[in-house]
Amino acid sequence: MNIKVKTDKLKLWYGDKQALNGVSLDIYENKITAFIGPSGCGKSTYLRCLNRMNDLIGGVTIKGKVTLDGHDIYGVGVDEVAVRKKIGMVFQQPNPFPKSIYDNVAYAPLMHDMVKKGKECDALVERSLRDAGLWEEVKDKLNESGTTLSGGQQQRLCIARTIAVEPDVILMDEPTSALDPISTQVIENLMTKLKEKFTIIVVTHNMQQAARIADYTAFFHLGNLIEYSETEKIFVNPQEEKTEQYITGKFG
Amino acid sequence: MDNYFHIPQLAKRKAKAKRFKYIAMMALVASVAFLAFFLSDMIIKGHGAFTQTYVKVPVLINEKTAKFTHLAVDRKEYGFMVSRAWLRGLKNTLKDTPEWMNTNKERWTLANSNVDQFIKGKYNRLKPEQIKKIEQMQKDGKVERRFNNIFFEKGDSKIPEFSGFMASIVGTIMTMIITMLIAVPLGVMTAIYLEEFAKDNKFTQIIEVNINNLAAIPSILFGLLGLAIFINFFGVPRSSPLVGGMTLALMSLPVIIVSSKAALKSVPDSIRQAGFALGLTKWQIVRDHVLPLAMPGMLTGAIIALAQAMGETAPLIMVGMIAFIPDISTSFLDATTVMPAQIFTWSGMPERAYIERTAAGILVLLGILISLNAIAIYLRKKYTKTW
Repeated sequence: MNIKVKTDKLKLWYGDKQALNGVSLDIYENKITAFIGPSGCGKSTYLRCLNRMNDLIGGVTIKGKVTLDGHDIYGVGVDEVAVRKKIGMVFQQPNPFPKSIYDNVAYAPLMHDMVKKGKECDALVERSLRDAGLWEEVKDKLNESGTTLSGGQQQRLCIARTIAVEPDVILMDEPTSALDPISTQVIENLMTKLKEKFTIIVVTHNMQQAARIADYTAFFHLGNLIEYSETEKIFVNPQEEKTEQYITGKFG
Repeated sequence: MDNYFHIPQLAKRKAKAKRFKYIAMMALVASVAFLAFFLSDMIIKGHGAFTQTYVKVPVLINEKTAKFTHLAVDRKEYGFMVSRAWLRGLKNTLKDTPEWMNTNKERWTLANSNVDQFIKGKYNRLKPEQIKKIEQMQKDGKVERRFNNIFFEKGDSKIPEFSGFMASIVGTIMTMIITMLIAVPLGVMTAIYLEEFAKDNKFTQIIEVNINNLAAIPSILFGLLGLAIFINFFGVPRSSPLVGGMTLALMSLPVIIVSSKAALKSVPDSIRQAGFALGLTKWQIVRDHVLPLAMPGMLTGAIIALAQAMGETAPLIMVGMIAFIPDISTSFLDATTVMPAQIFTWSGMPERAYIERTAAGILVLLGILISLNAIAIYLRKKYTKTW
């Protein structure tokens, strides 16, 4: 198995407050890796370190190493914008641009000069929407605003928008927590399909979701990585006491 | 009565709430009454200025009177009722109508302001026998009230019936063009920098506090600043739309910055996050995703700031825009006046006929300001996107 993203003793401070106490973790290619843990455990913070979204907040100090295919993403001369093109992200609240469905998908590839306007771009938009399982629902209304779609459709539009840039890794920060169970199921099925092309890392509040879709699961608590292994092992036979207490609902 | 739900003092508490509601309602009624009073007073005083009296009198035109036009009308009989301005303008009129030469016919002439005021039922200085004469002419159909073209075509004049508002309307438009060209781009770019690009540190905080304070500075100080910098230092011609526009731009700038910043702030951060996560640069995100959403708010702010600047007189007095301007200016460097300054000038004139012109000027200014605000509301409604 190929290691896609590797972090080594990653520490992070918000001002004086330490939020990550040295997390070392290997994430494998074409797998779904889930981060679970109670609120404030650092799983979202950790996720945002992987595509340098924390750089946008003032007063954050990051130490340690994050590599993508062996290349340091915090290295000297590495532009965070270029990193984010390779490591895309989907957020908790669906946040389509207030533009047409077509423009939502086409905007970033056009800006990256990946395609030319016209047929080439149309093809990419169709391919991305098909991959996100949204094509059949929106093919007749590509010029309508992306914000007119339902919540679940909006989230799939956001996924289509992300995969249109052709990243290597897709980060998902609680992608279904704002959605109803049916939309959630559609997105979960989509994720298992997408892992053939991409490496997916998902933060979830919902332990069952991790059990359903993840190949690997990491359990975070108070800024520490407590346990990380194959999902089955974590849920059936956890090695750490804290992990067992959490998955059996003793705290959290 | 079922005492189960009884709370002591409840009736008193409710009465208090009711009293408060009535006091608030009275405040509303009072403020609406003030506004209604002001508007109706202006309309009652000002509507007369939209018509002007003309009288039909014999006009003798020959070689002599064409040169000395004040002799064209019999001074004893009709001299008091014909406007001096009309007689003065006769030379020019003759150029357009040479067939008037060597005639002695009854012609429609612009009436003197005293006659005009008498016809409108206002205070005038006509003598009893003059009044009799006018009344007789009225019976003969030789007195007419027409729409006041002069008011909307000419500039200021020392002869009230010949003074118009157009020079100041044009002056205001030219001044506002300069203000808009300077204040809107500068203000919007400043707001974009402060809101989207600047780091949040002590320095930018001090700048922001000061911009907010600038919005509350008495406007006459901006006039002094304009006088010192633009006229004395840079030598921009005084009284010109250029210097007036630049001075008003100084005044509108903080208002535009503050409202543009608020518009940018109201764009949800999730839009920016989405852009960053796709590997877009800050400028791409701001230009294509944030600005379109902030545009209605920015437009509204800019229009309201310009409307405010349009009604401003104090700073313009300092840069000399209160001058007597009979001609409509044609360049940004000509001496010009603006609507509020023209209203101020007229309000200090001794002749009664200027009262209605002052009120009419206020009505025109109010009409333009209200339509500008209506446009602002319309734009906000039209371009506000929901997400």
